[in-house]
Amino acid sequence: MEQHSDYTGAKYGMWFFLFTEILFFGGMFLFYSVFRERFPDGFHAAAREENLLLGSINTAVLLTSSLFIALSISAIKKGSSRLSYTLQAATVALGIVFLIIKYFEWSEKIGRGIYPSSPLLLKLGKGEILFFNLYYVMTGIHALHVFIGIVVISVMVFFTVRGSIHMRSFTKLENTGLYWHLVDIIWIYLFPLFYLVT
Amino acid sequence: MEYGERSEQAHDIGYRTYFYVWIALMVLLALTIYIAVSGFTGYRVPINLFIASLKAALVLFFFMHLRQEGNFIKWMLFLTVMALMAIIMLTYTDTWYR
Repeated sequence: MEQHSDYTGAKYGMWFFLFTEILFFGGMFLFYSVFRERFPDGFHAAAREENLLLGSINTAVLLTSSLFIALSISAIKKGSSRLSYTLQAATVALGIVFLIIKYFEWSEKIGRGIYPSSPLLLKLGKGEILFFNLYYVMTGIHALHVFIGIVVISVMVFFTVRGSIHMRSFTKLENTGLYWHLVDIIWIYLFPLFYLVT
Repeated sequence: MEYGERSEQAHDIGYRTYFYVWIALMVLLALTIYIAVSGFTGYRVPINLFIASLKAALVLFFFMHLRQEGNFIKWMLFLTVMALMAIIMLTYTDTWYR
């Protein structure tokens, strides 16, 4: 039986999914923007509590992971399967590094009593409360996306090693790459809004 | 061209280009951090959002191969961004004149 594959259709489908993701995160960015305008001082003060170093390292980690997944797709197109899955595994590793850094960032904040509805936070102004709640929701949902990306790329590593992703069939890997890049782009906007607004 | 099977293979990007894009992204990251901490301008937030958009454009056009995509995807992306802008603007017409 001849296998039917629609390369263009698969790619359009992925892009459409990404458009819904843009609108999904867009809603949260709008929320941030409206309340930042209403409580500029609170947002300004709260952003000082953010760890700029960890945020910057995480940005570099995600940008580099995007390079690796892009190179892995380029490698599979050139027929070097081994280089491709090595680069995919490196992307997964960097994704895990991102989540570990995020874990330390969150636990450090929670340790200082900054978490949604904490007694300390409720004593602060509305701006601070909104900033930290948005911080946890937006970076949390983003981290969930990173986690999903790690799982999906791991499956791609398996497929590539097994040989079902190869030089003439790489749509799955390419679409996974598109997803990972979008997750990267969302972080590109989260970074200045939470870490660089003091 | 965009409807052709595997049409992007004809103009695949070399490893080197990706590497240059990554270097540009790192330079922009350093620049945005510098602007944020040096405090030499009062327009840090809009400038940093502009830099973020440059980074996003680099990822879109090179890593996501938007450059090689057909007009259909480009217009759909444009429409999505415009829809988001419209939602933002409509919300502000409410919050600004309340």
